[in-house]
Formats: sequence, C-alpha cells, structure tokens
Amino acid sequence: MQRYARRKLANRIAVGASVGTTLFGLCWLFLILGTLLYNGLAGLNLKVFTEMTPPPGSDGGLLNALAGTLIMTILGVVIGAPIGVMAGTYMAEYGRHDKLTKVVRFINDILLSAPSIIIGLFVYEIMVVWMGHFSAWAGSVALAIIVIPVVLRTTEDMLLLIPNALREAASALGAPRALMIWQIAYRAARSGMLTGILLAVARISGETAPLLFTALNNQFWSWNMNAPMANMPVTIFQFALSPYEEWQQLAWTGALIITFSVLALNIGARVMAARSQKTS
Amino acid sequence: MTEMTITANTAETASNQKSTALRRQRLNDVIFRALTRASAIAVLVLLGGVMVSLVAGAWPAFSKFGFGFLTTEVWNPVTDQFGALAPVYGTLVTAFIAMLIGVPVSLGIAVFLTEICPPFLRRPIGIAVELLAGIPSIIYGIWGLFVFAPVLQRTLQPWLISTFHHVPLLDNLFAGPPFGIGMLTAALVLTIMVLPFITSIARDVFETVPPMLKEAAYGLGCTRWEVIWNIVIPYTRTGVIGGVMLGLGRALGETMAVTFVIGNAHRVSSSILQPGTTISATIANEFSEAVGDTYTSSLFALGLILFFITFIVLAAARLMLMRLEKKAG
Repeated sequence: MQRYARRKLANRIAVGASVGTTLFGLCWLFLILGTLLYNGLAGLNLKVFTEMTPPPGSDGGLLNALAGTLIMTILGVVIGAPIGVMAGTYMAEYGRHDKLTKVVRFINDILLSAPSIIIGLFVYEIMVVWMGHFSAWAGSVALAIIVIPVVLRTTEDMLLLIPNALREAASALGAPRALMIWQIAYRAARSGMLTGILLAVARISGETAPLLFTALNNQFWSWNMNAPMANMPVTIFQFALSPYEEWQQLAWTGALIITFSVLALNIGARVMAARSQKTS
Repeated sequence: MTEMTITANTAETASNQKSTALRRQRLNDVIFRALTRASAIAVLVLLGGVMVSLVAGAWPAFSKFGFGFLTTEVWNPVTDQFGALAPVYGTLVTAFIAMLIGVPVSLGIAVFLTEICPPFLRRPIGIAVELLAGIPSIIYGIWGLFVFAPVLQRTLQPWLISTFHHVPLLDNLFAGPPFGIGMLTAALVLTIMVLPFITSIARDVFETVPPMLKEAAYGLGCTRWEVIWNIVIPYTRTGVIGGVMLGLGRALGETMAVTFVIGNAHRVSSSILQPGTTISATIANEFSEAVGDTYTSSLFALGLILFFITFIVLAAARLMLMRLEKKAG
C-alpha cells in the first residue's frame, strides 16, 4: 500500500509540474503582449501613420518606416514566393522520387532555421559590396531568401496531400503534366499554399537582422530602391536604444503595430489552414 | 467538288490546330518542368553561395590570425587584433543555459497538451504557445531590456548572489553586481523564445505513439506519469532529441533579442551575471560600423563559425527527425 501511495504521489507531482510549465510558458505571452499594449497604446495616434520619423527631440510618426517595410515585404514575397512554389512543385510533382528532391528537402530544412543574420552577411557580400552601397533591393533580396524555404516547405506538403486519383483523372483526360498541375493540383492545394505565403509574410515583416546591413535605414521618405530605405524593425531597434523619450515612445508604438500585425497574420494563416483541411 | 475541298481543308486546319495546340502544351510542359527544376536547384545554389561567400569574406581574417583566431579573447579594432573566443563562449553558454531550462519546460507543455489537457482547451493553448514563435525577435529584445532586465536586477540576481555567496564554485558562477543585463538575462530570453519550437515538435512526436501501447500500459495499472516516462518518452526519444537540437539551432543563431540584453562586452567571464557577447550580437552591433578589411573580415569569420555550428546542429536534428519519420511511416 505504501508503494501505491508513493506512485500516486509521483504521478500527482508530475502532472502538477506539467500544468505548471504550461502556465509558465503561457504567462510570457500575456506579459509581453500586456507590456506592448501598456507602453504602445500611449503613443498610438493618427500622427504615427501620417508623419515621418522625427529628428531627435521632436515628435512625429512612422509613415516612412511603415511604407518601407510594406514595400520590401511585398517585394521579398514577390521574388521569393514563386521560386519557393516552383521548387516545391518540382519536389512534389515532377521529381517526387528523385535524389535531387531528397537533397533539396534536407538543405531547405536547414535554410528554414538558419540564423537570419547569416543571410544578411551573404546578401551584403553579393549585393551591397557589388553595388557599392546599401539599398532597398538588397533588403528585399535578403527577405526573399527567408521566404523561399517557408513557401517551399508548405507547397510541397500541401501538394503531397492531394490524392493521386485527381492527378490520374486529369492525365487520363489527356492533360499534359503542366496543365494538370496548374488546373488541378494548384487549385486543390490553393488555400494551403496561400497559408504558407501568409506565414512567410508574417515571418519577414518583423525580421531585423537581415536588414541591418542591407537596407540599413533612412530618416526620410524614399521611393528609391537603389538607396537605403526606412523600415520598421531597424527603426524600432535604433529608437529603442536611443536616449530620447519621443523616439522610445515611437519604438514602443511601432513594436505594438508590428507585433499585432504579425500575430494577426499568423492567426489568419491558421484559420485558413484549418478551413482547407475541412474542405479536402 | 469545291464543297469537298472545302471540307477537306477545314478538317486539315482543324487537325493542324489540334497538333499545334498539342505541341504548345508539350512545350509548356517542358518549360515548366525546367523552371521548377531550376528553382529546386536554386535552393542548393543558395546554400552553396552562402558558404562560399562566408568563406571568401572570412579568408583574410583566417589567413592573418590562423587558428589563434578561435582561442584569442582580444577584440580590439584600434590595434586591429581580433579573436573569436569571447563571442563563441557567449554563444555556447547562453544557448546551453537556455536549453537547460527550456527543454524540461517545453516537454512539460508538450506532455500537458497531449496527455493531460481537456480536448476543448488543446487547440487554444497550442495556438497560444505557437504564437510565442510568431512574436518578432526584436520585440523580445526591447521587452527584455526595458521590462525583464530591471525586474531580474531587483529580484533574481541579488538573490542568486547572496544565496551562493559562500558556496565554492557557484560563487564564481553568480559573482558580481547585479547589472540586469548580461548572459543570464540573454539566456532566459532565449529560453522563452525556444519554448514554442521544442514544444511543437515534441507534441507532434508524442502524438505518433500508438494509442494501443499507452492503453496497454494503463491496462496494467500504470499511472499517467509512468506511461509518459516508460512508454511515451522512450518511444519518441529520437524525435524529441531532434526537436531539442532544432531549438538549440535557433538559440545559437538568435540575434536581435540577444543584442539588446547581453551587454556586448568582449570578454570571457566565469560569472553568468556579467555582460558578454554572442557571435550574432557582435555582428549585428559592429558590422555596419566596421572600418578596415581585417575588422570586416573578422566579423565574416565569426559568421562562418556560427554557420558551421548551426549547420551541424540542424543537420543532426533533421537526420534524427527523418529517422523517426521512417519508423512512423
């Protein structure tokens, strides 16, 4: 009986510890989001979206940084997503049992979690050094390199989920491979693939490290893709570490905007993934 | 007669059209196949390019300092002397502490989600934990610097210093004034950041345990804890280790969050309460201000070391996870 009591006690302790660790893990999410709301909401007003980043000691907004992040994120996705989608297509459709597919899958999984600062160094070496200056193009390319593995992974996974009977039906009707992929496979996997792209957008819109020495930052409004461009993460980085109160307030507000946009994208992607699982 | 030629003509053009359409489709197929294949190869080229560019960038530093680069603590841009010891040390120590705390906590959460949690709470809690991974790392950075570090400075750090003051060995580990920022703070922020990665993989592999195995154990009268410890963990060991390595890869390469809270001091100190630096934090802080070829090249060399370490860790993680997949599928 004593042994039984001991086992029960051990069980109770383990279950308690497991519940405890979950509460411990969850509390950070609420602490961080709470801090962001508390500090960020104080500075959230219309000016943030209509005015440029101010010089030290005066107030202003984040318009140029928001626009720069938007431009570079979109460009990054436009460059990176097609490559990811096509590579994923090859792996799931044309070369499913190739050696190449296996190697690419392995390498892609490594790229997926490779430190983003290394990507920054790489793009610096191939673009910034070659062009002779920092530029928004380099920033977009760095972001695109982060997009590729995310999109590739989800595209391949989603295409592999499509039943082969669908493909065989299309082929039996005489459709060539490419037509079958465009008309049948992509349509069946559409929402899953979109989920992957949304996740990639969420991932890059908060990335700081690869932009530090590619796009750099810019105090002013700029459409010039060949020049440094303002962006949210680097602006937050610089403003947060500055001694000026106005800048620090803007950093918190920017952090609030970025975090909640990214989390909204994440949740949106999840909802979409859940819905696509229901329909298929 | 004329009518017949007309019909013959239309039939001919129709079949002509058909064959051109077919040819076009076939051409499309060839082009599309080539494009997709080129994209797949581009991924390989990308990784190769990263390696080559890092080696090329690091070459001047390595040829100047040789292997001494790895064992030198000095980092002095003025005299152009650079050594990687402090950043490498900081990277390994912070990642190690983060794993020490992060792994048990993540496994606890994964056990809760798969074995204990009532089903209706499973999804929301799972999503909440995964959202931790969605928060950009710079946010962890400013939160760590302005909120977390001051709290640690007032509570945990003085307590550690006074408690282990007279304990040999440990007094070195927790020595010095409480700065707030430092290696321990960086490691704790990293802990929070790796939680979602390890948890989600551990949860996935825990779910691969056949229910039959668990039910058999419960049938023999095992407690929940005994089932987890004797059935679930041994069955999924490889996968769990893979997940831990993946988390380790993240912790080693994490940049922005660490840059904010580690203090950026190029020195190797035995106390984890002291400021230090990591490879990625050094690069992030100094790269855009680096003047001179040796300085820039030394930073590239640091990047190469980081890439090398994370590549090995991540490759090992993937191989382990692949082995488990083979077993499951």
